Amino acid sequence: MGYAKEQLLARLQELQIDFAQYEHPVVLTVEAQAKYVGHMKGALSKNLFLKDKKHRFYIVSALADMKVDLKVLSQRLGLGKGGLRMAPEEALGEILKVPLGCVTPFALVNDSARHVCLLLDQGFKSQECCFFHPLSNDMSVAINFRDLDKFLNSIGKTPAYVDLEANPPVGKDQPPDLAGLVPSDAVVLPDPSEKIASSQGLEKNHISVNNKPTATAAKAVKPSNASQKERSDSAVNLSSSFGDPEKLVEEILEKTTSIVLSEVKEENMEKYQEQLGTMVSNSIRKQLSLELKSILSMFKNTSYTEGFYAGTHRQPKRM
Amino acid sequence: METKNQEEEEQLVTPWEVSAEKGGKIDYDKLIDKFGCQRLDQSLVDRVARLTGRPPHVFLRRGVFFAHRDFSDILDAYERGQKFYLYTGRGPSSEALHLGHLVPFMFTKYLQDAFKVPLVIQLTDDEKCMWKNLTVEESQRLARENAKDIIACGFDISRTFIFSDFDYVGGSFYKNMVKIAKCVTYNKVVGIFGFSGEDHIGKVSFPPVQAAPSFPSSFPHIFSSKDDLRCLIPCAIDQDPYFRMTRDVAPRIGYHKPALIESSFFPALQGETGKMSSSDPNSAIYVTDSGKDIKNKINKYAFSGGQDSVENHRKYGANLEVDIPIKYLGFFLEDDAELEHIRKEYGTGRMLTGEVKKRLIEVLTELVERHRRARAAVTEEMVDAFMAVRPLPNMFN
Repeated sequence: MGYAKEQLLARLQELQIDFAQYEHPVVLTVEAQAKYVGHMKGALSKNLFLKDKKHRFYIVSALADMKVDLKVLSQRLGLGKGGLRMAPEEALGEILKVPLGCVTPFALVNDSARHVCLLLDQGFKSQECCFFHPLSNDMSVAINFRDLDKFLNSIGKTPAYVDLEANPPVGKDQPPDLAGLVPSDAVVLPDPSEKIASSQGLEKNHISVNNKPTATAAKAVKPSNASQKERSDSAVNLSSSFGDPEKLVEEILEKTTSIVLSEVKEENMEKYQEQLGTMVSNSIRKQLSLELKSILSMFKNTSYTEGFYAGTHRQPKRM
Repeated sequence: METKNQEEEEQLVTPWEVSAEKGGKIDYDKLIDKFGCQRLDQSLVDRVARLTGRPPHVFLRRGVFFAHRDFSDILDAYERGQKFYLYTGRGPSSEALHLGHLVPFMFTKYLQDAFKVPLVIQLTDDEKCMWKNLTVEESQRLARENAKDIIACGFDISRTFIFSDFDYVGGSFYKNMVKIAKCVTYNKVVGIFGFSGEDHIGKVSFPPVQAAPSFPSSFPHIFSSKDDLRCLIPCAIDQDPYFRMTRDVAPRIGYHKPALIESSFFPALQGETGKMSSSDPNSAIYVTDSGKDIKNKINKYAFSGGQDSVENHRKYGANLEVDIPIKYLGFFLEDDAELEHIRKEYGTGRMLTGEVKKRLIEVLTELVERHRRARAAVTEEMVDAFMAVRPLPNMFN
């Protein structure tokens, strides 16, 4: 379950973070929020929950009057011109675990939001404090950017401040300046309304993240079972079979037998006679050597990695 | 040491720029002469086959790896039971790797398997941050992404250590960097690498970073008591200047000179004179290309040495010297007999360009498919494991 507002506030107090809180009726927009806290000390923030074409999510948190150009931001992140758009409503609940109108940097406290990239307006740094919702729309919390950083660091996030007004050129010799902030992991939601491409050219980033070997299931993305529907079968079989001896043996036998079957035919029997066996063996060696070496290397590396992960995460013996 | 300032006409080969004489090809004999390294002749190739008990790698058979420094010393020591370790690297400047990038890694994997020796792979994210003006984060990110493609080449995790400079420089590695730096005057680096008064000091102090992995004491967690271990560096010949400098320094600080085994350049699709550039996706085959992309690129952009009409082709045959599909097959078609057959038929005009290209497309598609599949098996945890500072027991078994 997602964090509740009270838990968040308790966390902030534990971390000895200075903040002011103001309760008010539920608000869904910055304008409505301004009616209740606009006269208070602190700058209002507007918070956008965005997603890119590879299903990676972003929170852009800016001063309320900052103009955020999604096209420019998209380019600066290296996503091309139209790469960013508003995330669907379901994602708000699924990933940020907040209601509509409540996007806030604080939502990153939820484990479901660990891959979300947070971009903060540089402008926050020149404000005494700024207003954010603490996971519900019936309260606003005023906090100084340094304290916000303290909170973000405590949940393992590095604050990224960006000059949202900047529009640097992006081209061959000028790489997108914010590309380093793009999350390397993609989160796939069970999203029946959106078709996820499952073509032959499998996306390299997605496969390695969404179909992790079982030893690392702890880190696996929650809806990975649902995503198997949308992914083509070969994608699922691919990476999950690398650590599985049975699947690998099946694959090897499959490849070998298909060569045997294709070579043992009428014309070859006549041509090679007693030598048919030798010829088929040579054929198998020639066609499969590289392939089998590759498969077994992957198996070894996968097994080692699983052991390594287990070793580095093992609990000390209880005394 | 030679000066970098070449006359306009001569070919230019440095770690940052490679260009042939006006409109011509790179003259490798001249390069070997100029750099002062040796030709890798057939007797050495045969010796490798004998010592390793397996056929030599296709790149050795076809002369892709064609030059060396002290490789015979490595083989002599190996014969006496003295092992060595491998060191190679990559400057992660772009996400997309093409086949040319894979060549040194494919060869290094063969060396690792054939000689059963450990390997260190350096990702020079700091170099790219400085030379390509990337942010630190971006270069680190690219280093990790490239690591995945490198791992996909099939290196043995139980004897391979991958590291990025930003992560690893420090400790014993840095101590060696300083020892190396103390032996190279400013004038010398300017002479070798052509720095000018306008270049920032980051560039000037980078060469020791690329030199340090040549010495086993840079990796105490792996080679703790083996200061005597020799190092073999497979690389493209444009990296020679770094290692000339390193070899000069080595005896002065009490280490073995690293040995080198060097490759020629991988030609661009448009021909030897064309430049492979990441901004032109049609100048190379990328590991992310689909079967369709490969077919398209080879058919449309691969420079053909065939004649302009079928009659002329049947009459005169193809110019194998400039034909790119033939060159690429030379790199990637394992079967010597088949390659010979194709060369003969194509050279005499009996085989047409289309057929050669078709065979190449098959070979490349299989290669890229295998790579892509291996790449899909690489998880973030696997990258972490390859890059963890950990001992490598059994690294010589």
